[in-house]
Amino acid sequence: MAAHGAAIDPNEPVVYEQYETIEQQQETYLVGMWSFLVTEVMMFGALFLVYSLYRWKFRGEFFMFHEELSWQWGGLNTMNLLFSSFLMAKAVQATQLKRAKAQMWYLAGTIVCAFIFLIIKAIEWIPKFEHHLVPTASFHWPPHEPHGSGGGSPEHAKIFYSLYFTMTGLHGLHVVIGIIAITILMVMTKLKAKAITDYIPTEMVGLYWHFVDLVWIFLYPLFYLIPR
Amino acid sequence: MSQAVIGQRHEIPDLHYLNNGHTIASWLLTKDHKRIAVLYLISVSFMFFVGGLAAALVRLELTSPHGQLFTSEQYNKLFSAHGIVMVFFFIIPAVPAVLGNFALPIMIGAKDLAFPRLNLLSWYLYVVGALIVLTSFILGGVDAGWTFYTPLSSIYSNTQISLCLVGLFLAGFSSIFTGVNFIATVHKMRAPGMTWFKLPHFVWANYATSLIIVLGTPVVAITLVLVILERTLKFGIFSPELGGDPVLFQHMFWFYSHPAVYIMILPAMGVISELVSCFSRRRLFGYEMVAFSTVAIAAIGFLVWGHHMFFSSQSVLQGIIFSLLTLIVAVPSAIKTFNWVLTMYKGSVVFTTPMIYVLGFIGLFLVGGLTGPYLGAVACDVHLTGTYFVVAHFHFIMVGGAIMGFLGGLHFWWPKMFGRMYSEFWGRLSALVVFIGFNFTFFPQFILGYLGMPRRYHYYYFAPEWQIYNILSSAGASVLAIGYLMPVFYLTASLIKGKPAGPNPWGATGLEWNKTSSPPDTHNFHEKIVVTEPPYNYDAISDNRDYRKMWGGEPLEWEKETV
Ligand code: HEM
Ligand SMILES: [Cu+2]
Repeated sequence: MAAHGAAIDPNEPVVYEQYETIEQQQETYLVGMWSFLVTEVMMFGALFLVYSLYRWKFRGEFFMFHEELSWQWGGLNTMNLLFSSFLMAKAVQATQLKRAKAQMWYLAGTIVCAFIFLIIKAIEWIPKFEHHLVPTASFHWPPHEPHGSGGGSPEHAKIFYSLYFTMTGLHGLHVVIGIIAITILMVMTKLKAKAITDYIPTEMVGLYWHFVDLVWIFLYPLFYLIPR
Repeated sequence: MSQAVIGQRHEIPDLHYLNNGHTIASWLLTKDHKRIAVLYLISVSFMFFVGGLAAALVRLELTSPHGQLFTSEQYNKLFSAHGIVMVFFFIIPAVPAVLGNFALPIMIGAKDLAFPRLNLLSWYLYVVGALIVLTSFILGGVDAGWTFYTPLSSIYSNTQISLCLVGLFLAGFSSIFTGVNFIATVHKMRAPGMTWFKLPHFVWANYATSLIIVLGTPVVAITLVLVILERTLKFGIFSPELGGDPVLFQHMFWFYSHPAVYIMILPAMGVISELVSCFSRRRLFGYEMVAFSTVAIAAIGFLVWGHHMFFSSQSVLQGIIFSLLTLIVAVPSAIKTFNWVLTMYKGSVVFTTPMIYVLGFIGLFLVGGLTGPYLGAVACDVHLTGTYFVVAHFHFIMVGGAIMGFLGGLHFWWPKMFGRMYSEFWGRLSALVVFIGFNFTFFPQFILGYLGMPRRYHYYYFAPEWQIYNILSSAGASVLAIGYLMPVFYLTASLIKGKPAGPNPWGATGLEWNKTSSPPDTHNFHEKIVVTEPPYNYDAISDNRDYRKMWGGEPLEWEKETV
């Protein structure tokens, strides 16, 4: 029970009531975060399973459907996310070294990358609404001005785009949650909130962000780089 | 072990977790795992009676072969509401979220769960999910059953499925957060000396359950999201019109929902291990084997989902593989049953209320478990699938097993939770009524299923000879309902009139009985916990015979002397 009553040292991390030592508290938080990430893996895992089954079932056609996706934009976003992960890793390191200023800058950089990611996503998605490639009732295949051959059955194309929008959509949602989490982290760190007295919150947000990045590392080749 | 004198007068401690703060906010914003357990107890019981109401109407309809009371649509909505509420809002959270939340941290010597705020969030997600689901029932109901098979749920049904699924999604995250909390707690919050092989089995069971929750629930959650997308935005992932595969939904659903039956039964099994050892006054037979079988059930449980789909486009080879794996999963369950029976063998069994529930559990679980291999064997299942045999089978496990376990555990820990004893007479009577009512309700359904009565039909005018069994079943259901209502009264009465229980009314081992008051203090313990004793160390207790006499109603030696 390190910090209780009058003897609160602002430089010492606070040990919450339910823990005995700071080490126990820190390890517990990490075990919890990893367990949660297991859940996330299973959630995306289910979608990857669906994808694999349909990709295998409609082998030839998936190539034609994917030609409407821009590998250039997707590739740019991949680089962008990789860079953001690098910044996040630096942020965690800076926190562990108690370099508060550097931590803030790296976190801010991560958020900027996250917004760039969303902007590029929007650049990719918005035309798809105009070209009726969003798999709602108004879905239309082949597109009016196809980038590729426009071949393949319209029904299977709808399945492909359902997968594309569900999976990148869920990933995009995670990016948004990431932005919110990092923002809260920064504000609370700035305000020296009671919940944030050691590097663990940053480490947890960092783990989450690397996971989001990792999902995209799989999504990019599966949707944008399908071989003939 | 310090032993209080048996039968002595006790006082309720002045300050404990129940009276530490009286405002509504002190309850609704509490981070105390014990208070959250009480919140769960109230909400879970409420949902149980909602689901029970639907069940009563289902049973009422089936007393006549002509289906006179409800239309087919209304009947579909009734059994869907019953299944959804009972499975997702009663039986999955009942044991872990009520008894687990209350007892698990104390049993391992922790001051609270690892993440108290997350725990409160779990409860709020549960409540919001439940309210959304109830709203979907009020706005028109849901008719696709608790299984939501596509394409019925995604394309053809135009009931409130999307809204209902949103509620289930939230409830799913409620249990995921509980699972994460338990995993972190068991890994990191054990008191010094509390090694893995000193953990009470109730802790093992909740740990294994949490693993299943964390691995399985996200899969069904995202599957339900896909159905929502298909209904609202007309996406097409399971749509056969597009060349998609509706059976894929069944795979993904059962990948969670078969392990989910172990989410329902494992914690109850953990309760049984505690109780059987305590009321046989004997160390649990084969501690390690029971622990390993718990983990084995959790692991193998993930490999058998195909047995729900023997007849939905699976190949024969797939069928055989799933069939064999299913038969294997019966083995660890049998190991547990043998261990419980061997614990009682040559023990001095005391027939208290919790113990009667235990005996009921073992008997009913045996029947439910042994009918499993009939259904798991493909050749046999051809005839039984989709009939009342299946309904009887899973009710023997879920109602006869999990609910008996829940009620047994509730009666066991009730004196600890609220500090007062309930009436043993009414307790034993309710346990008996539940057992008898249960058998009258569900045993005839085995016969009906064997005779070929399909489930989810609300008439059987083509086979009026089934009526007698259906009437038996409905009559039994009324008895069962009385059995379930009785505890509401005598347990509530015990809160006011019950005599103070004292820290350890059962003479049980375990930290929750020997290191805390009843009800416990907000921080659980007054001293620092160091565990030295092995679990279930009943053989070291000298006055086992006195406890036996006390609960058997005989006067004890020292009582005779004072007379
Ligand atoms: C208490 C815990 C219970 C649970 C977890 C439970 C669970 C279920 C589930 C999952 C189903 C399948 C619904 C479907 O086919 O979609 C079901 C069906 C049924 N339950 Fe229960 N049940 C419980 C209690 C009861 C009770 C107390 C009764 C009788 C009073 C009852 C009577 C029925 C009947 C008659 C059906 C068959 C409906 C049909 O398929 O036509 N259940 N239950
Ligand atoms: Cu199953």
